[in-house]
Amino acid sequence: MKYEAVIGLEIHCELKTKTKIFCGCATTFGADQNTHVCPVCLGMPGVLPTINKRVVEFGIKAGLATNCEINKYSKFDRKNYYYPDLPKNWQTSQYDLPIAEHGWVDIDVEGKKKRIRLTRIHMEEDAGKLVHSGTTIKDSASSNVDYNRTGVPLLEIVSEPDMSSAEEARAYMEKIKSIMEYIDVSNCRMEEGNLRADINVSLRPVGSKELGTRTEMKNINSFKNLEDAINYEIERQEEVLEDGGHIVQETRTFDPARGITLSMRSKENAHDYRYMPEPDLPPIVTSEETIEKYRSELPELPDARRARLEQEYGLSEYDAGIITSSRAMAEYFDAVIADGADPKLAANWIMGDLSKELNAEGIDISKSPVDAKRLGEMIQLIMKDTISGKIAKKVFKEMLTNPDSPEKIVKDKGLVQITDTKAIEGIVDEVIANNQKAVDDYKGGNKKAIGALVGQVMKASKGKANPQMVNKLLAEKLNG
Amino acid sequence: MRLYEKPAHVLHDMLVNKEVTAVALTEDVLKRIDEVEGDVKAYLTITRDEALAQAKAVDEKIAKGETISFLEGIPGAIKDNICTKGIKTTCASKILENFVPPYDATAMTKIKAQNPVILGKVNMDEFAMGGSTENSAYHPTCNPWNTDCVPGGSSGGSAASVAAGTSIWALGSDTGGSIRQPASFCGVVGLKPTYGRVSRYGLVAYASSLDQIGPVTRDVTDCANILNIICGHDEMDSTSSEAEVPDFTKALVEDVKGLKIGLPKEYFVDGMDPEVEKTVRAAIEKYKELGAEIVDISLPHTKYAISAYYLIAPAEAATNLQRYDGVSYGERVESDDLVGMMTKTRTEKFGEEVKRRIVIGNYALSAGYYDAYYLKAMKVRTLVQQDYTEAFKKVDVIMAPTAPTPAFKIGEMISDPLQMYLQDACTVPLNLAGLPGMSIPCGYSASGMPIGLQIIGKALDEETIIRAAYTYEQSQNYHNEMAKLGGNN
Amino acid sequence: MKVTKEDLQNVAVLSRLAIAEDQEEKYLGQLDKILTYMDNLSALDTTDVKPTTYALPMQNVFREDVVKESLGREAALANAPLKEDGYFKVPKVLED
Repeated sequence: MKYEAVIGLEIHCELKTKTKIFCGCATTFGADQNTHVCPVCLGMPGVLPTINKRVVEFGIKAGLATNCEINKYSKFDRKNYYYPDLPKNWQTSQYDLPIAEHGWVDIDVEGKKKRIRLTRIHMEEDAGKLVHSGTTIKDSASSNVDYNRTGVPLLEIVSEPDMSSAEEARAYMEKIKSIMEYIDVSNCRMEEGNLRADINVSLRPVGSKELGTRTEMKNINSFKNLEDAINYEIERQEEVLEDGGHIVQETRTFDPARGITLSMRSKENAHDYRYMPEPDLPPIVTSEETIEKYRSELPELPDARRARLEQEYGLSEYDAGIITSSRAMAEYFDAVIADGADPKLAANWIMGDLSKELNAEGIDISKSPVDAKRLGEMIQLIMKDTISGKIAKKVFKEMLTNPDSPEKIVKDKGLVQITDTKAIEGIVDEVIANNQKAVDDYKGGNKKAIGALVGQVMKASKGKANPQMVNKLLAEKLNG
Repeated sequence: MRLYEKPAHVLHDMLVNKEVTAVALTEDVLKRIDEVEGDVKAYLTITRDEALAQAKAVDEKIAKGETISFLEGIPGAIKDNICTKGIKTTCASKILENFVPPYDATAMTKIKAQNPVILGKVNMDEFAMGGSTENSAYHPTCNPWNTDCVPGGSSGGSAASVAAGTSIWALGSDTGGSIRQPASFCGVVGLKPTYGRVSRYGLVAYASSLDQIGPVTRDVTDCANILNIICGHDEMDSTSSEAEVPDFTKALVEDVKGLKIGLPKEYFVDGMDPEVEKTVRAAIEKYKELGAEIVDISLPHTKYAISAYYLIAPAEAATNLQRYDGVSYGERVESDDLVGMMTKTRTEKFGEEVKRRIVIGNYALSAGYYDAYYLKAMKVRTLVQQDYTEAFKKVDVIMAPTAPTPAFKIGEMISDPLQMYLQDACTVPLNLAGLPGMSIPCGYSASGMPIGLQIIGKALDEETIIRAAYTYEQSQNYHNEMAKLGGNN
Repeated sequence: MKVTKEDLQNVAVLSRLAIAEDQEEKYLGQLDKILTYMDNLSALDTTDVKPTTYALPMQNVFREDVVKESLGREAALANAPLKEDGYFKVPKVLED
């Protein structure tokens, strides 16, 4: 039988507020254990939560940016379960009246568009961190608890099970990441756990409408792990079903080192979260004016920006998609072309040499050693034929460590392109004279032999000869 | 007459007029503690040295000619579920036996700003669950009027200490009658302010939507003065009221002419002690004499209030008390694994009544029962509130007994939880509706136990309650009578 | 009986409380009495009644996003039953 996967994601997105969701402790990542804590986030006897206004603003903005309806009446609830990273043994979250519901985002996988529906977006507090004494939770005789992260604000973005492959799930999560970055509500640093996904996967026979039994993988924190976990789980479930077995509804952990998912086999009771309205927090009532105010503050979103780049600058859909996938890159692009650099060249340089360099060094584009202005200037040198594309690569390499303007670098290093016909002619004559075999080959009908001669001319000019002119002159002389 | 017998406002005037020193006053109250605390057992923690140091500082201030605030130098006691920075706060539970809060409750901060003398922390039913203070994990407190009887609860230590003269004033908390009922049993004045009047920040939560801190005092004048101190919006408590706080002492006027007093028939029902009914009706008669108008009213959903309360309060409590798990504070009973540690800790360190309410609460919240119990109770809460809204269209205040009986004997009801819950019939409806209510002494039973009159006001209208209470109080002498016990003879 | 032994033990697990077998009867008896009394609520028709969560109507109480001083680790850990290297220490999280 052929199966199709049904995949849904719950993405937890840490918000970039200064303080926690229910108290004034700082949210800074990486502080010493148990230093960003107070009686409130430690859940001490007698404490009460207070709602950080920014969190509500961010929740509404995230809802608007993902085409959700904003609930005019929203409230917090207690989700009760015991875990040592949760000091009150309940998570203050939202149950039946989340801040936003019924949205969607569009994704694009290999040129195929698909709309993924959002069930809801709700606000909640993050839990603390456990440091286990052993290598895994299972072989640890004890664990240590750090409550710094307790109370860091989260949005939980819940999708409908609308995805059917790991690629779609990845594209969806990338889209959510991109939108959250654009509206500036999260740093979205996956390595710091700003963005984590719980994945639900089930299989059903192709064509069937009924959903199969699903498994859940929690806290997936990279795109690679997301894809690996889903692909492994699809294969695993397929095998179980092919063998006539049943899928057990359970939470599984993903082991990135081995690329497999494992049953938690915990004896936990079926969860009964005993949700109840949070009596310590009055409801959130949002007026149409507030919603419109927040809507007016939203920046241009990735889809709109991509369309604009295609229309205004003639970028391909693919290039525009990559450039606009992160707000920082899109802004970098805008800055590069601001002074007249060619948009297509700019896109090529950003997606090519610049991205390669940044990825290799693990640097964010906003901190690029070659800022947008200098890259723009360099591209203009290419446009003015001051340097060739090939020389530009040399100039770019130099710019990574040399803060001078590209113009100065080109001058200092003597990299200005030779466009003087006389000078190039001299080199061409010399090369023709010294490479009789290639000349003979060419004349004998092997037109490809010209390539070797061009190479020799470029080499002799230290790469500075204008390649078009070299080609033209060589052809003239050999054919003439 | 000893100093401990006087109310705070009289002692304040004496301090101002240099008729007495704060140290002499504090020493007299501490002496009273030495004399009778063995019989009353109102305290869980006595901060003797700190109290004397505070008194000394106040005397120095007075000597320098500086003005002093109302509570300055006046010894008082704090219920042990109100967090006091650096002073153990146990909630009369073993699970918090050694818990020292790193912060003060907001009400405590406001009280401390007055420079009072804090004598210590007083006993209560564990986590404020109970109406007799027998549920304290440490010891029961005895009623100063008859030490065989309970002082009521859960603020039994607050009421007993004020009645016995082992404190001049006290703070208590009221979730279903926990200030008013012990005030009634001990013959003192107790006020539960409107929900939100006093910040709950630092009040260890029992049932968050019902809890409220309030004063327990010798007379209505002290009550109004302390209310002035503790009320007001607090940014740490999102449910605290932003309404302006009036000067409650301006309501200390003897005038009830034309005041419309509602008498709800549902509060005078079967099972009510005839002496209580008679005494309360006599007090109502007195109001009539003083010029008030008595109006018969009906609060038809009163009979459902106990059920609603004993579902809502335990449900909130079940979640509120989940935090006591032995992880980051409080006692821990060790076990090899986490679930075992949490379960052992809670099983061994919580008392019977607390565990019972946690079980009831979790039952009411659990899947399959939520709609039938918890949701239903919240709907009934709406109906109870609507009853009052309707009634207050016709009357200015509502009067009723505070409790259906005078103080009962220690041990008399402890084995029958439901019987104990039914004792709260006259007090819990207000908490459900968030309304203010006061208990003032209005007479005695044949055996000499105090009986309380409950005065219920509109939301945020403590002033009318104070005016009504003050007028009656001044027409009687109950507020000048101290419990007869120990060294008082 | 309104509550079965199984219900009781389930709620006990949710409550992280152990109810010994010889305590079950007592608990069940008390719960039964209390819940039977509470059945008086079912006589009320509350179909069109809105539930009340808050004692008094309030809404939109917010705090500005301004950092306040934290407690400090020493004070945070002062009441800890067991601590280690600035952490709260707990026993084995998963059962064997």
